[in-house]
Amino acid sequence: MIEFEGVTKRYPDGTVAVEDLSLKVETGRITVFVGPSGCGKTTALRMINRMIQPTSGRILIDGDDVTSRPDADLRRGIGYVIQGAGLFPHRTVLDNVATVPVLQGVSRREARASARELLERVGLSANLGDRYPSQLSGGQQQRVGVARALAADPPVLLMDEPFSAVDPVVRDDLQQELLRLQGDLGKTIVLVTHDIDEAIRLGDKVAVFAQGARLAQYAAPADLLAVPADDFVSSLVGRDRGFRGLGFADGAEIALKPVGHTVDGLTLELDADGRPVGWRGPDGLLPTEGTFSDGANLRTITDLVILSPAGAAVRVDEHGRADGLVLVEDLAGRVRTQQRERLAALTQDQVEEAEAG
Amino acid sequence: MSEIWNYLETNGSSVLTALVQHIWLALLPVAIAFVLALPLGALVHRYLPVRHVALTTGSVVYTVPSLALLLLLPGVLGTSVLDPTNVVIALTLYSLALLVRTTADGLDAVDTTVLQAATAMGYRPLRRWFTVQLPLAMPVVLTGLRVATVANVSMVSVAALIGIGGLGQLFTRGFQLGFYLPPIVIGLVLSVALAVVADVLIVAVQRGITPWARAGGR
Repeated sequence: MIEFEGVTKRYPDGTVAVEDLSLKVETGRITVFVGPSGCGKTTALRMINRMIQPTSGRILIDGDDVTSRPDADLRRGIGYVIQGAGLFPHRTVLDNVATVPVLQGVSRREARASARELLERVGLSANLGDRYPSQLSGGQQQRVGVARALAADPPVLLMDEPFSAVDPVVRDDLQQELLRLQGDLGKTIVLVTHDIDEAIRLGDKVAVFAQGARLAQYAAPADLLAVPADDFVSSLVGRDRGFRGLGFADGAEIALKPVGHTVDGLTLELDADGRPVGWRGPDGLLPTEGTFSDGANLRTITDLVILSPAGAAVRVDEHGRADGLVLVEDLAGRVRTQQRERLAALTQDQVEEAEAG
Repeated sequence: MSEIWNYLETNGSSVLTALVQHIWLALLPVAIAFVLALPLGALVHRYLPVRHVALTTGSVVYTVPSLALLLLLPGVLGTSVLDPTNVVIALTLYSLALLVRTTADGLDAVDTTVLQAATAMGYRPLRRWFTVQLPLAMPVVLTGLRVATVANVSMVSVAALIGIGGLGQLFTRGFQLGFYLPPIVIGLVLSVALAVVADVLIVAVQRGITPWARAGGR
């Protein structure tokens, strides 16, 4: 666990980058610091590994004050991914990844061998290892940056706008890759971004920083979308927060209609194996616009219902055979229940928090 | 052509001595200046006030004509006018003026993100300087070294005017003999050749130690 205890950073010219910040980052989770530029999120991150020294307050990692160890030792035990990767241009990819183990005294040969494995772990071919960073694409460089941060197997990983310098498609890949890696590794990750969608996608918990170094809200992404603490947070999460919030709701409990059900004059046509072909109606065959399977969230299902010419989403089993329909009215009922349950749970949480605090 | 061969046959050893001396007088100052320029360049890179003072001083030094400096130095240092030390010191000053600037430029050109990453990885300052910062500044620093070396090879010739050795002596001899061409041609060819060889050597070293700089984009 990483704890900020009343941490303030004030510069000699009087600017306050972070003011009296207190918050706990949970072990083994991804915590995202999000906010506009100049809100102090990066400063807060960099105080964890003492790249920036706080003016007052303490930061503890698993109960130990970060100032209790020499800077360099502390930093070798904390992975760091910087915006734009920040790879050493004069070293090969393998030597870049091997950096921290070599600093810790592991032989270069051994460090390079494990670096090769790590490259594959982050989705890169090991034969890129002998190239120089300038010979890689931006996305590949960023992956090498992640591999370098993981090389010494640190329990804590700090990521400073790690995906902001790559194009949206690559960013999407990298985000997915991070979630997959985190599923395997279970690191304590603190990630800084200005992109609220990235925060909501990646974070187990999201700390929203407002202008003037104020911590506006610290909550799970679903709660952030459900109950924004103030106008700033609700403007940041955007107007379609209701729709996006459905992404955190399970679609399993939704009522299904049988596949043969006729919807507004349209019937689902199946092929010989029972896979959906399209909606048959008086105007001919219309597309289904996609299907969903077990485990889909309410956002996916809602999107399919909206797109469907019949106002109904088609569920398929593991073989792709249609096994149920979600009609718009059933969806509406489910969404209604979902929102009531969620609000009730949140109110309960707030009561408990008040009692505990 | 045959005149040149005749000249070499009779004066071969003195030509060789002049060449060796020329090499010494040209390269020793560059070597000294290079060693001094690294810490000085680092100070200039790091501290803004030092930058103004150092770079202004450097520009002033560079504007002093070499012949004037060579005549001035014995007075300042108390050395004899014919002492080669004067040449070494004068050329060291010129080289230093140039190399401090290029070293600082080289260090300025290093991406700060890379340096921050190094610090965040757990580099201590001294190791970071020698294994990250300096190697990354090398392409620019070595380009400065090439200019300084070639400039020195040509400037040593001036020293012959105040009676100090080097290939310049071959020019003065040719003039004294009523524009007798052979020593002039030999001096000219050798000093150009020397400059070219020195330049090629530095480029070879540069390619050897900065393979990454040529790796190029995608």
